[in-house]
Amino acid sequence: MCGIVGLFLKDPKLQPQLGAMLTDMLITMTDRGPDSAGIAIYSQGKIGHGKLTVQSATPEVDFKNLDADLKDALGTPVLMLVKSTHAVLEVPAGQLDAARAALAKIRPGLKVMSSGEGIEIYKEVGLPKDVAARFEVAKMHGTHGIGHTRMATESAVTTMGAHPFSTGPDQCLVHNGSLSNHNGVRRVLKQAGMTFETENDTEVGAAFVSHKLQQGETLGQALEATLTDLDGFFTFVVGTKDGFGVVRDPIACKPAVMAETDQYVAFGSEYRALVNLPGIESARVWEPEPATVYFWER
Amino acid sequence: MQTFDLEAQGLRALNQALHNLKGANTNETAWEVVNPKGSHAIAVGVDAPIDITVRGSTGYYCAGMNKQATIRVKGSAGPGVAENMMSGTVIIDGDASQYAGATGRGGLLVIKGNASSRCGISMKGIDIVVHGNIGHMSCFMAQSGNILVLGDAGDALGDSLYEAHLFVRGTVKSLGTDCIEKEMRPEHLAIIADLLKRGEAEHLAKPSDFKRYGSARKLYTFNIDNASSY
Repeated sequence: MCGIVGLFLKDPKLQPQLGAMLTDMLITMTDRGPDSAGIAIYSQGKIGHGKLTVQSATPEVDFKNLDADLKDALGTPVLMLVKSTHAVLEVPAGQLDAARAALAKIRPGLKVMSSGEGIEIYKEVGLPKDVAARFEVAKMHGTHGIGHTRMATESAVTTMGAHPFSTGPDQCLVHNGSLSNHNGVRRVLKQAGMTFETENDTEVGAAFVSHKLQQGETLGQALEATLTDLDGFFTFVVGTKDGFGVVRDPIACKPAVMAETDQYVAFGSEYRALVNLPGIESARVWEPEPATVYFWER
Repeated sequence: MQTFDLEAQGLRALNQALHNLKGANTNETAWEVVNPKGSHAIAVGVDAPIDITVRGSTGYYCAGMNKQATIRVKGSAGPGVAENMMSGTVIIDGDASQYAGATGRGGLLVIKGNASSRCGISMKGIDIVVHGNIGHMSCFMAQSGNILVLGDAGDALGDSLYEAHLFVRGTVKSLGTDCIEKEMRPEHLAIIADLLKRGEAEHLAKPSDFKRYGSARKLYTFNIDNASSY
């Protein structure tokens, strides 16, 4: 199973409600995936600033003086916002890679959830409502976001096995389904220099798309390539700094419903996830076609 | 008219109330379900000659296993609508998701929008009328019954087909294994005319607009030349 929700706002007036709308959609998908949940929220940060979202199993230890320690390591100011097991570290955008390298030295136990100018990712084991409450997702503003409720099949129920997976700057991917050739694709991507945190099949899908984007392909081209190179069942929803994409495998047995109005584009594994969106009664609602790439960019 | 607020009263209460009508001598023959909000399993297992109108879109398995009832969805239906229907009529005003009418044994399913993949998969006697298009792998292993599609059909129509009749007005993206176009005879035109009438589509098409597809009977029948392979 697994549940996916996504929201790409066209109307800036809705931006203060993005977190609240996505939280409601996510909780509706609880019975498709009650074992873990995660959400990626994109917002327009301060120009020239970047954000690293990090996770720790022992936040009270790892996050203590983390901002000061990172500031010393980088020689630039660092802002930190701690939310439960996650912390968002704001650094100059040009310092994101340096900050990541510094963190590996000063806090080797931290896991990096996401890195970029707009993205923040929060994910944990537990019911979607508890995960959303823990990170106060409902209060978050943003331009677009993607959420996932997980029913694990291919790897263990852990924080790192939850979705979304982020394998490139401001990129993330969630998945309903299972890939059957992920070990082979992972080997090829490793040779090409991609790194992996887990044995999870979805992380391979995410890294596959990131690798294509790295090589200069567009989001649309990267998603097209999943149809030829990835084997298995998938409905993917992908986020980038300015965009939001959807693709389903040619068999398309993993459900998907989309809705579009003048205010937003929304994705749900089921129509139930969309019923409380404003103006849904008059929205264009459709099922994305198999083996067809959809994406929106601002 | 019995009005049932699904959000306030809950799914089990609805289906139990409908199941209680089986064999009952009741005058509660007209039901309206409000606030469906994409819920699953609405009006599943009904076995009474009643009319049910669902005011909104439904989730998985709406009207599954229906017997006798006429169930109309004033919206779109999620996966598996009218799955294994036995008799009665189910009408979807909007679109239907995958495997609409799967394994249906009787009755009539009308989809006024499009149906997605696997429509009529393994159908066994149901009649299906789709005003729009149907998706890939529709009528896979369909055994008997009729499907009438006013729009187009997706890839692999009628793969591994048995004896269901498939009628398509538009294009067929590809035919599945052992499915072929067949000659249209007067008895088939009569079936189409009847389906157009019962499927609320008489104003949209005429019988001569359609092509007939059926089984080449090379896959499922015993072939003496292959005896040594068994």
